[in-house]
Amino acid sequence: MENSPAVAELRADRPSYLRHHFQSVEQQADASNFAMWLFLLTELMFFGGLFTAYLIYRNWYFAAFVAGSHQLNVIWGTLNTVVLILSSFTMAMGVWCAETARKSGLVLCLILTFILGLCFLGIKSVEYTEKFEKHHVPGQHYSLSSFLYPDTDEAATAAGDKPLPLDMARHTEVYFSLYFAMTGMHALHMIIGIGILVFMIVRARAGAYTVGHVTFVENFGLYWHFVDIVWIYLFALLYLISRH
Amino acid sequence: MSTDTLVTPPEQSAPTIPEVNYLTKEYGLRSWLLTGDHKRIAILYLISLSFFFCIGGTMAGLIRLQLLTPHADLMSSDTYNKVFTMHGVIMVFLFLVPSVPATLGNFLIPMMIGARDLALPKINLLSWYLYVIGGILVLYTMISGGVDTGWTFTTPLSTHYVNTNVLSTCLAVFIAGFSSILTGLNFLITIHKMRAPGMTWFRLPLFVWAHYAASVQMVLATPVVAIAITLLMLERMIGIGIFDPTKGGDPLLFQHLFWFYSHPAVYIMILPGMGVISEVVSTFSRKRVFGYTAVAFSSVAIAVFGFFVWAHHMFIMGISNYAVLVFSLLTMLVAVPSAIKIFNWAFTLYKGSITFEAPMLYAFGFMGLFTIGGMSGVFLGSAGTDIHLTETYFIVAHFHFVMVGGMLMAFLSGIHFWWSKVTGRMYSEKMSQMAAVVTFIGFNLTFFPQFVLGMLGMPRRYASYPPEFQALNILSTAGASILGAGYLLAAFSLLWSLKYGAVAGNNPWRATGLEWQTQSPPLTENFTEAPIMDHEAYDYAWLERQNSRDEVPHGE
Repeated sequence: MENSPAVAELRADRPSYLRHHFQSVEQQADASNFAMWLFLLTELMFFGGLFTAYLIYRNWYFAAFVAGSHQLNVIWGTLNTVVLILSSFTMAMGVWCAETARKSGLVLCLILTFILGLCFLGIKSVEYTEKFEKHHVPGQHYSLSSFLYPDTDEAATAAGDKPLPLDMARHTEVYFSLYFAMTGMHALHMIIGIGILVFMIVRARAGAYTVGHVTFVENFGLYWHFVDIVWIYLFALLYLISRH
Repeated sequence: MSTDTLVTPPEQSAPTIPEVNYLTKEYGLRSWLLTGDHKRIAILYLISLSFFFCIGGTMAGLIRLQLLTPHADLMSSDTYNKVFTMHGVIMVFLFLVPSVPATLGNFLIPMMIGARDLALPKINLLSWYLYVIGGILVLYTMISGGVDTGWTFTTPLSTHYVNTNVLSTCLAVFIAGFSSILTGLNFLITIHKMRAPGMTWFRLPLFVWAHYAASVQMVLATPVVAIAITLLMLERMIGIGIFDPTKGGDPLLFQHLFWFYSHPAVYIMILPGMGVISEVVSTFSRKRVFGYTAVAFSSVAIAVFGFFVWAHHMFIMGISNYAVLVFSLLTMLVAVPSAIKIFNWAFTLYKGSITFEAPMLYAFGFMGLFTIGGMSGVFLGSAGTDIHLTETYFIVAHFHFVMVGGMLMAFLSGIHFWWSKVTGRMYSEKMSQMAAVVTFIGFNLTFFPQFVLGMLGMPRRYASYPPEFQALNILSTAGASILGAGYLLAAFSLLWSLKYGAVAGNNPWRATGLEWQTQSPPLTENFTEAPIMDHEAYDYAWLERQNSRDEVPHGE
């Protein structure tokens, strides 16, 4: 089998990274790119469920959503948006470096993307800590005081919040449920992405992506940009509800 | 393309099993567990699916035994709740959803389109491992005390009111869901990018069209149930309030998200089965499938309409009357493409040279039972009758007519049909024909009385019932034992053939698909040279010319 003429003929001018079941490099690259786009489509449906929930509850409990969003720190949020857009830029540069076979440039770009990703998670954890301290994490210890007595709360006072009726104040817990579910799911995607980045940095230093086979880098770029775009929507929907 | 009927006696003078094939290429457990070969992964799936089918079937047997008497005699009500939940979870998520796609689809789609493998072999293997992890979690749930929410995980019951293993079951469903997403993704890419030269979209076998439609649904719908279940788990673990009415959340939202997947899921289950029936009916009537294009597009139509009918599961859950009206109408619409398929199969049979081998008997079973199952679905889609019938045994009967009478018959039909391609040997025809007939009789005896019980008002999911329902329940339980015997007989016939079955040869059915034009069992590479498709699908005249010109070339 191994030495049959048909197999030998197929082996001729097949680069090592072309898997056995593809006819050509183009077919392989096409198939993996298509796979990535389809995967992003499933991701879109995944986040779509959360966005649907957001849409419904925001319509029902608008006042609670506004009061809830005033508790988020817009400065940290904006900073994080900048960090992520920068990381998208370094990632795009990385893809370009891979396509033009610039090994050291690729490694540098991937490391920068990695660092920016970690920065994002660091800032996010600062924000989460604030929420823990103010008992804005849904569950048993959730506290309504920032919404019932906005005078006692710095952020609410700064935003000029009026006290919410008890019923509406309770619904801020739905807002924070969505906040944690959505940003948490997004952070999970970031963590997975950072894990893959480590793998890629190691492989890129060994020169794996600068010999013509760049599909993996391109596909990861698509993933990273997708995660970035989700954040931009989250930032607008969660932080900027009443800030036009 | 000829629409004449052609009868060809089986030839193949003394075929032998080729020495080199995908089964003999490598040996040892490692060569199986790390394989990238779509055919071996299909076998791995077949073994694990059969295992879970046996467990789910045992649960079904326990349910029927419990319902033999009006009182909860065999087990307590709590145990009964756990048993029917495990039956549902295992059968839906670990058997029906992956059944035909992961086994026959995995094995055949690359061969049917003339490719050497699925586009992403490693992802294919990963999907099997995810399936196994999901399965192990379900087994863990069973051993550590079970779960009693029903397979629908209705909130707030599942988040607030039960103390059983909801989390591990949900995690299992989540992981098995990803396995299904990866399978669908792989099929879509393969069908788009890996077709052989000349294999245009309208030369694809209808089996491939059906899998294409089902894959679209797997890819688009499954992530939605994943997020619904994630939110459910978060609510149970840390008490977020998205579905919790005490905090302003709405349990109905869970129903929407859950059924947005779980209604398309029934089409994920049935569409591949319809693909099998198209192949079998054509082969055993020696005719091209009547209205090929209509059947192909009806698969796509089912996939599209299937996304817009989910709320018919929620007519009595407090959705608005206008929503009921719209979803009721859309539900009626989805009956149209299903009917197109049934009519086209019937016209394929018309003036065909029909033979009654076991796969065809199962296919006949499918057509009859699926028609009844589908029509009873129209009862449930009409808002008025649904209010009377929902949550009764009518639903149970409807669902089982479609899924067991339809899907399982199609699965067995396909397994028998392609068994010789998979193993190189022929099952015992007599035994399997008998199994098909016994299954059909047992099935009807089991589930037909349940239609009546439902009409009379017997609710589902209860361990006991009023004594006046006992006679029909005894019939149903008796039928279940006959049904079980039918399955065992079919399994015996297939397993027996592994050692004693006659060697089948490359194309025992004289079928036209590319998968039949290569050796059985196939080579790891599927074809010795890349095939070129130069004729329409189901072109029996082409096959006739091919055979008169030369013997179908055997493998090396």
